[in-house]
Amino acid sequence: MSPETIIEVKNLRNAFGDHVVHDGLDLVVLRGEVLGLVGGSGTGKSVLMNTILGLRKPQGGQISVLGSDITSASSRDIVALSKNWGVLFQNGALFSSLSVRENVKAPMREHTSLSNSMMNELADLRISLAGLEPEAGALFPSELSGGMRKRAALARALALDPQILFLDEPTAGLDPIGAASFDDLILELKNKLGLTVFMVTHDLDSLYTICDRIAVLAEKKMEIVAPIAELLQSAHPWVHAYFHGPRGRAAAGGK
Amino acid sequence: MQLHIEISGEKTIVAPSGDWLIGDLVQVERKLQELQANIRAEQVVFDLSGLQKIDMAGAFVLSQLVRSSASPDADHHFTGTHPYARELMQLAHQNSNICLIPPPKPHLIDVLARIGQAAEDIWKDFVGTMAFAGRLFQTLFNSILRPSRLRWPSIIAQAEEVGVNALPIVALLSFFMGAVLAFLSANLLSSLGVSLFTVDLVGVAVLREFAVVVTAVIIAGRSNSAFTAQIGSMKMQQEIDAMKVLGIDPFEALVIPRVLACVLTIPLLVFAAMITGLLGGGLVTLIELEISPTLFISRMHEVVAINHFWVGMSKAPVFALIIALIGCRQGLLVGGDVESLGRRTTISVVQALFSVILVDAIFAMVYMELNI
Repeated sequence: MSPETIIEVKNLRNAFGDHVVHDGLDLVVLRGEVLGLVGGSGTGKSVLMNTILGLRKPQGGQISVLGSDITSASSRDIVALSKNWGVLFQNGALFSSLSVRENVKAPMREHTSLSNSMMNELADLRISLAGLEPEAGALFPSELSGGMRKRAALARALALDPQILFLDEPTAGLDPIGAASFDDLILELKNKLGLTVFMVTHDLDSLYTICDRIAVLAEKKMEIVAPIAELLQSAHPWVHAYFHGPRGRAAAGGK
Repeated sequence: MQLHIEISGEKTIVAPSGDWLIGDLVQVERKLQELQANIRAEQVVFDLSGLQKIDMAGAFVLSQLVRSSASPDADHHFTGTHPYARELMQLAHQNSNICLIPPPKPHLIDVLARIGQAAEDIWKDFVGTMAFAGRLFQTLFNSILRPSRLRWPSIIAQAEEVGVNALPIVALLSFFMGAVLAFLSANLLSSLGVSLFTVDLVGVAVLREFAVVVTAVIIAGRSNSAFTAQIGSMKMQQEIDAMKVLGIDPFEALVIPRVLACVLTIPLLVFAAMITGLLGGGLVTLIELEISPTLFISRMHEVVAINHFWVGMSKAPVFALIIALIGCRQGLLVGGDVESLGRRTTISVVQALFSVILVDAIFAMVYMELNI
């Protein structure tokens, strides 16, 4: 079975005034893969993710997610699509006035009409899946550590059994052990739940461990999209510097 | 999605079919609950052959049926095959440690405890504000001894924001207050045949009370909340911590400029409010009672003593101090989360308004005793 295209970005153009961020950017994400997006600071990785999520209207080009065109979608279409994706924002973006469990229940309340007790059980299931202790459900975001906040945000992202998971720097700010276990968790969820993962990351270990393909954003478009083994052979100066610099070598040495 | 149940001998065959996804679970929720109440987990056998798509939520509700079984993932619970359903159910079992959060029960004791807590909080807040004021005066005294330590650019910028930018709204509202006051008193006093006394009343009320209270109320709503929000968001972004580790005293850099800006500009605003308040009163007396501006001014000279003006002005720096002090203190009390920023801003405005009115009442009593 040839892999199905789940996200397709064609000829995307994004600009802030005169400052062009993306120009002629193409990208395809296949069902069931973990795609890592890398690029230097300020190359517009988060802008690309926001554009795919429909949070930002691009200046040109098409984006289709699960077969529907995001750029021309109405807000109602976006709501319908949002049931199929889960998003983990960089700082978690948990609702600060709700407990962790209520945070996880929020998307269920919005999109299903399940009974409250059922939603509680399902929320606790996600909290446990995301690797948190059951007691964490009663805590408020301000009482969580950085790592717990990411896990709680992951539990919320998984609340509706999405087909696509968007992760914005999931391991940034975690200690190496926490980061490694987060990587394992994402890999396990991907394998068991059949998720497609679109991940913005700078963590070289994550790129080596869990990404099936890596997309390099440079010079306003996708410079290379390939598995890590191919990237290592690339002669592109930025890619070379990225993977063959001291940190890149250290991460590669560990594998 | 469908759920077919068949009882054959010792076994209960549970045959889910179609797609079992979170969006549709409502359809089978009740049926599953009834089933769970009526069967023993050991007897359940899942027939997975009719099942198509299933997600984590679907697997979870099915797995609940065999949860109390000794070995819920064992082969004897399953017939038929499905590519990944058993794996998901196993994952659901591993993670089904339900957290029991007891719902809070309201109790009479709790109600009393909350009242007591609130009373204690008010007292603590009062003590805290006094301590803050003490620290403020100490820092202010040090700054006056060494005026080069004062941050003039910051003071001027705050003065522009607090004073100059608030001038239009303060002047306009005071104008209206003066006009309303004149309308009311003109109506009442002309029925007594002493309509000229309207001038006395407007003059005394505007100079003594209205101008300064209207200004203080506007500044409490406008600048006090801004102080709390600015300093509070700096606190949230760790900017205050950054200042401390760089050896900058946040008190000197943030609080003193705001306090000085308020104390310097609010008396000027009050003065402007007095002028426009009298203008509003004068305009109404001209239209309603046909008292010419000349008569209005000469009557003011005759009956409204200058000490009414000084009473009003004397309150301005005190109110300014209270407003700036509470705004800055609440800003510095903001915690790490957004929630507390909102709460502190509300508290700040409420406390400032409350204190201004309270202190105004104290002033009124003191001046009355002194016969000023």
